[in-house]
Amino acid sequence: MSVIPETSSSAYVGGHDSAPTTQRSLQRFLDSLLLIVALAVVWQLVYWKSDVAITGPIETIKTVFELLGSDNFWRHALASGRAFGLSLLMSLIGGVAVGLALGAHRFSGAVAAPILTALYTIPKVTLYPMVLLIFGLGISAKVAFGVMHGIIPVVIFTMDAVRNINPVMIKTARVLKLSPTETAFRILIPAVMPEIVTGLRVGFSLTLLGVIIGEMFASQQGLGFMIINGMNVHNVRSLTAVVLLLVLFAVVSGSALLALERRLQH
Amino acid sequence: MNRVTLVRLCVIAGSVLAVEAMCRFGVINRLTLLPPSEMATYLLHLLVSGEINQAMIQTFSNVAIAFVLSVVFGFVLGAMIHAIPRLRRACDPFLASYYSVPIFVFYPLFVSLFGLNRWPLIMIGFVFAIAAMVIATLNGLDRVPPVLLKLARVHRMSRSAEVLRVVLPAAGPYLFTGGKLALAYSFIGVLAGEFILSGGGLGYAIAYAYDAFDNRTMYALMLFVLIVVTAINSALFIWEQRLLRRRGRG
Repeated sequence: MSVIPETSSSAYVGGHDSAPTTQRSLQRFLDSLLLIVALAVVWQLVYWKSDVAITGPIETIKTVFELLGSDNFWRHALASGRAFGLSLLMSLIGGVAVGLALGAHRFSGAVAAPILTALYTIPKVTLYPMVLLIFGLGISAKVAFGVMHGIIPVVIFTMDAVRNINPVMIKTARVLKLSPTETAFRILIPAVMPEIVTGLRVGFSLTLLGVIIGEMFASQQGLGFMIINGMNVHNVRSLTAVVLLLVLFAVVSGSALLALERRLQH
Repeated sequence: MNRVTLVRLCVIAGSVLAVEAMCRFGVINRLTLLPPSEMATYLLHLLVSGEINQAMIQTFSNVAIAFVLSVVFGFVLGAMIHAIPRLRRACDPFLASYYSVPIFVFYPLFVSLFGLNRWPLIMIGFVFAIAAMVIATLNGLDRVPPVLLKLARVHRMSRSAEVLRVVLPAAGPYLFTGGKLALAYSFIGVLAGEFILSGGGLGYAIAYAYDAFDNRTMYALMLFVLIVVTAINSALFIWEQRLLRRRGRG
């Protein structure tokens, strides 16, 4: 079990059951599809029933295609994408480095674990003004805020994995007189790869959350800004379409990372 | 107190002192960060004067409603999904990718659905928290030892007695974990909503102070939020560890 139970829910990988036959996995796929259709129907009903201006599913999909053809959308998407990519890269590299160090040095790991748990669960949103004051308005504040969200799960998962590594491997490294860098790259990182991917998956979604929240508050660019602006100028159509696109992006990348994680574990 | 705890306290105290020193000696500009001691004194002033009572009541009551709703509905939904294996298989991919979605993007939609009152805030906390409770319920129900269910059958317990006396106590620690997460997520959801767009509450007060360049109030309120949330989370964490340890012994 993870030292940090908080992560267990975000690391949910689905129920356990026996190896599915082709027929069963087809049924499962159809059932999931049915659930999506049911959700779309509920959405449509809310759209018809409520007197407030929200957009129905069909109209939203149309708007999605309109957005995908517009330069304005791509300008904002590029701004978000750049901030997100940088944050994710920094979370991954920094998180793995810190996680390896804390995992290998048992005492520091024990000192840091509860602090990391506390940092993981605090509402970091409230700290955004401080980030803005330190980094100024612009991309660096967004990146810093994204890293604040994304780095902690990578650290936690990497640290836990290194602590649970088979001690023989570490002894082997010592017997072979590997330097610390060599030990990290030849022994530790390959051994904890599945957990690094888990940390990356959880970090991926949190980094996205951080960057989007950053853009929703005090920003003039990015998809988060498009959402908030859509609400301020009552452009619910474009607001809903951007939300749908972000959800699709998150679900598709999350599932891809989950599939990668499952393959590494076998 | 053991050595690990002692060193941990020293690390935390050391970092606070380092920030304090850097602020006092002008390494960090006062416009960027205030010395922690000043934040604390001003927070004390805010608490004593009662200026933030209104915001506190608003935030904490919203969090409480979101928490209760997410625990109740999360448990019911989890039990339902657990009872119908086919529904469960259909739901699995959604539960697995639920937290990959940046839930806050729905907040403006909730505002246009419910209007700018407390309900979008409660809903965003609720939506953020409920999946944790559903997943915890599924985990808990999955891990009820089959031998206990057999025992219930041997004793010819009624269905309700079985649930009350066997299933719920056995799943208890997992449900507790779910509740703990639901509370943390409700806090994050409500505060983030208030921060981005609302007319009141602690999150709003922080954003307002930022806009007004009122660093004293802003940092005092941030400190307050961090202290309250960390205290609640740590208390629940310690309680949870105790539950798990007792389970391990029994």
